[in-house]
Amino acid sequence: MNALPGMPWDLPWPFERSYMQLALLAGIVVGATAPLIGVFVVQKGMSLVGDGLGHVAVAGIGAALLLGTSPTWTAMVFAIVAALVIEWLRVRGSATGDLALALVFYGGIAGGVVLASRSATNTNLAPYLFGSILTATANDVWTVIVLGAVIVLAVAVAGRAMLAVVLDEDAARVSGVPAGALNTLLAVLTAVTVVAAMRIVGVLLVAALMVLPVATSRLAARSFRGTMFGAVGVGVASAVLGLAAARQWALAAGGTIVLVATALFAIASALAGVRKASTHAGSLVAGPH
Amino acid sequence: MLNSREAAEPAPVVLATDGVSFSYGSSGSYGREPVLSDVSIAVRAGEFAALAGPNGSGKSTLLRIVLGLLAPDSGSVTLFGERPGQLRERWRIGYVPQRPRIAPDLPATVEEVVAAGRLAKQGWWRRSRAADREAVDHAIESVALTQSRRRRLAELSGGEQQRAIIAKALSAEPELLVLDEPTAGVDVESQRLFRDSLVHLVREHRTTVLLVSHELGAVADDLDHLVVLKGRVVFDGTPGELAVSLGVHRDDLPLWLEDLQS
Repeated sequence: MNALPGMPWDLPWPFERSYMQLALLAGIVVGATAPLIGVFVVQKGMSLVGDGLGHVAVAGIGAALLLGTSPTWTAMVFAIVAALVIEWLRVRGSATGDLALALVFYGGIAGGVVLASRSATNTNLAPYLFGSILTATANDVWTVIVLGAVIVLAVAVAGRAMLAVVLDEDAARVSGVPAGALNTLLAVLTAVTVVAAMRIVGVLLVAALMVLPVATSRLAARSFRGTMFGAVGVGVASAVLGLAAARQWALAAGGTIVLVATALFAIASALAGVRKASTHAGSLVAGPH
Repeated sequence: MLNSREAAEPAPVVLATDGVSFSYGSSGSYGREPVLSDVSIAVRAGEFAALAGPNGSGKSTLLRIVLGLLAPDSGSVTLFGERPGQLRERWRIGYVPQRPRIAPDLPATVEEVVAAGRLAKQGWWRRSRAADREAVDHAIESVALTQSRRRRLAELSGGEQQRAIIAKALSAEPELLVLDEPTAGVDVESQRLFRDSLVHLVREHRTTVLLVSHELGAVADDLDHLVVLKGRVVFDGTPGELAVSLGVHRDDLPLWLEDLQS
């Protein structure tokens, strides 16, 4: 099945064809949900954990190719187990030197390559490493939508409590907020996000969609809530503009989406710099003579 | 002034340690020095209590044990008559930790940070109700940050940030407020506001306060109960009793307490 009911919908260029509409749906869901998790991950100082979990997801895909199981769900199991191991190492204070994380991450991608090389099928890992959104099927898109709904629901229910834990884990723990369970939830949601974004931008670029929109939004937003919604807006805009650019110039869609997110961050940084300079100049003019 | 009934029946104990000992590092480590030895204290409801002692005397460690963040090697702790891990109504405890790390790029506003403290009482999964919003407003007002409520916490001065963190602890309307070096490195105005807030809480709301601070001199006149710690309890009584035992004038006690911390 390569289309959803009623496709192609009546959308303007470049989204007039069914395959572009499937890509648009998946891109919007991932563009919205990756920063939704990213805003907590970035504030926790674990910006690159999505990248690492992506590496481990590769091992899951390699195992799926070898065993003939679903790449998405096998990668999900691998990523969730890795997320839980990383959280356990963090709580024990063993992951401070990055060495334990590096072992998990690089062991993951090396395992994926080796497992895939042993698989009987002639499948390569490239679509998972770099994304293949333009070949997404309706089933792929449904999977992304369901995973995205899980993430949105979890953040809607537990987002404020996750903020309390990010602000001060000890104080949250003392006051009865279940910090351990919420940290575990965030780790699992990060793994879910990585797998949801796997077909869109690829596991090597997934962390970019979790981090860059948050970094961009934080330059302008005046609150945590504003940062979160701003990051979702930037993520969605990156996906839509990236897909349009990929169609126009026949570029790799995943990489283009991330390049658009990078460009939006550069523009926001420049604007923030101009605003800061003008505010500073204004305060000098208005200052005591 | 206590009435005759209160005088006859002392207020219930809200926090107690019994023979608590603690060392950092694994048991059997070479050179493992005990941080706390056989520490027994009791803080009663409505008291303004303080822990004093020089650096490394185990004050912060004792607080972390009392709050259930560390497990003692031996001895026991009770909070409101329960073991720390078994107390279900955790909102009854407000905790202001030592030097909370505020990331310079934290986008959260004062209001969002204070509201995060209210989750303990409202239930972390529930939406805020009118009473919750009122409690958050009141906590912000009590530390004189109403004008800054929509500003990012990271933009405020160190003193204002600390007041916001105290408001966060107050927003759950705790019965016991535990503060670890809350005014370390903050400006004089914030210290004065902080002192007034604590006195107001104890006298008007009958909140029990346990304070560890290097600036105890500022609140020495307001304390009901003082424990001096040097790995073990070397004094446990009222500030007046301490002055008598030291043979110093009551008015000189704040100065003596400042010296004790260094």
